[in-house]
Amino acid sequence: MYKKFIHDIKKYFNYAFVSAKSELKSEVANSHLSWLWWILDPLLFMLVYTFISIIVFKQKIQYFPIFVFIGLSCWQFFEKTVKQSVKIVSKNSHIVKKVYIPKYTLIFVKLMANGFKMLVSFSLVIILMLIYRVQLSFHIFYIFPLLLTLIVITFAVSSIMLHFGVYVEDLANVVNVFLRLVFYMSGIFYSIKGKLPEPYITVLLKCNPVALIIDDMRECMLYCNMPHRKLMLLWLVVGLVISAVGIRTIYKNENSYVKVI
Amino acid sequence: MAEEYAIEVDNLKIQYRCLNKISIKRSFFKIKKSNVEIFEAIKGISFKVERGQILGIVGKNGSGKSTLLRALAGIFSPDEGTINVHDNSISLLSIGVGFQKNLTGRENIYLSGLLLGFSEEFIRTKIDEIIDFSELGKFIDRPVKTYSSGMYSKLSFSITAILETDIMLIDEVLSVGDAKFKKKSFKKMKQLIQKDDRTVIIVSHSSETLKSLCDTILWLHDGEIRMQGKAKEVLPAYEKFMA
Repeated sequence: MYKKFIHDIKKYFNYAFVSAKSELKSEVANSHLSWLWWILDPLLFMLVYTFISIIVFKQKIQYFPIFVFIGLSCWQFFEKTVKQSVKIVSKNSHIVKKVYIPKYTLIFVKLMANGFKMLVSFSLVIILMLIYRVQLSFHIFYIFPLLLTLIVITFAVSSIMLHFGVYVEDLANVVNVFLRLVFYMSGIFYSIKGKLPEPYITVLLKCNPVALIIDDMRECMLYCNMPHRKLMLLWLVVGLVISAVGIRTIYKNENSYVKVI
Repeated sequence: MAEEYAIEVDNLKIQYRCLNKISIKRSFFKIKKSNVEIFEAIKGISFKVERGQILGIVGKNGSGKSTLLRALAGIFSPDEGTINVHDNSISLLSIGVGFQKNLTGRENIYLSGLLLGFSEEFIRTKIDEIIDFSELGKFIDRPVKTYSSGMYSKLSFSITAILETDIMLIDEVLSVGDAKFKKKSFKKMKQLIQKDDRTVIIVSHSSETLKSLCDTILWLHDGEIRMQGKAKEVLPAYEKFMA
């Protein structure tokens, strides 16, 4: 399987890249301002959550707008990719029915397209950090391994979703509700460490990789702290293992996907 | 010599399992599991195709022709038996694979070509030929959604016709565009098919087409081989059966 995977990656990576590019392009082609929405979307949501948290719930967190922005950028990448993966095979039935393509390549397309949008909103984070004159330290370089972990975890979850999404008709509904729950539990617009009593902090932070990544992102970007390095490494390994399982399942079953859809 | 054959199919069986989709909602309400119905589309067939041979496949609707082609193209995996294509590149000639309607024809050529497994450089060397053959002129740089249906199929035919593979599988195409383009595409098809080292499998209902193109014919009936042999022998028998 390993050999086949390397061979397929070489063969189809280029397609995934071009396809992601053209997906973004065709989004822009629809309306010339739609790339503006890649920025406006997280920006407006940030304003909403900032309003609720500061005015309504009276939270006091340093650099709160950036705090929310980092959370939202990571979360939207994760959420969009996972959501799209559930229906990805039937959405691409015009391709899947006509040529052989390793089905996880379709996830790569989404990873790249959503990843690009995440980069756009992260560049906004940088601008905001300059405006707020956030004090920087070398810990900021930890964002690269953190981003890698986020990508691996997202791929792992997506590959599992892709497989079951083919067979289970209403998986999308369930996933939507579940993702909403995880969204509220990931501390996008509040600080898990600052708001909750003890058993919850450990459970929510350590068992939810997205929450942990978002929290560590903020620590190393805004507050000059170290991320949880060991725990992060553990999640990276877990992500890789689940990805391997996902790819294996997809390889085993992908030829029967076509018969179902 | 093993090289003599481009395709070897041995005891191929392909099954469709009906009622395969489950719904969480439904499985809550229905405790008893419904029986899974198995429909066998291909019931254990074996045949060999020599290198450079042109094989036509006939059969009535639902006899498993398209399923067989898809299995050869690697879209389905066999439930039983083996398919060996000896590392030849293989493509199922089909219309508009992976087109993005908002993008221009030129970008779609790249997208479609990459999806068919060609490298970007190879497509770059062929792209002028494709555009030329498609007769689209300056429309090639306009979004595909603005194309008429004829232009759409002209473009996709050109892509698959110019980006050639060792083995070509053709499923009822040969008729796209206006009369002039139809003639041209048929000629191109013939030219492509009759290249010496190319192996071709054509599925068609038109005896005329098959008579003029194929050496041998395979007649599928309900997932089994009814007859196999020279075009002159099989086609009359098939026509008599269908009449």
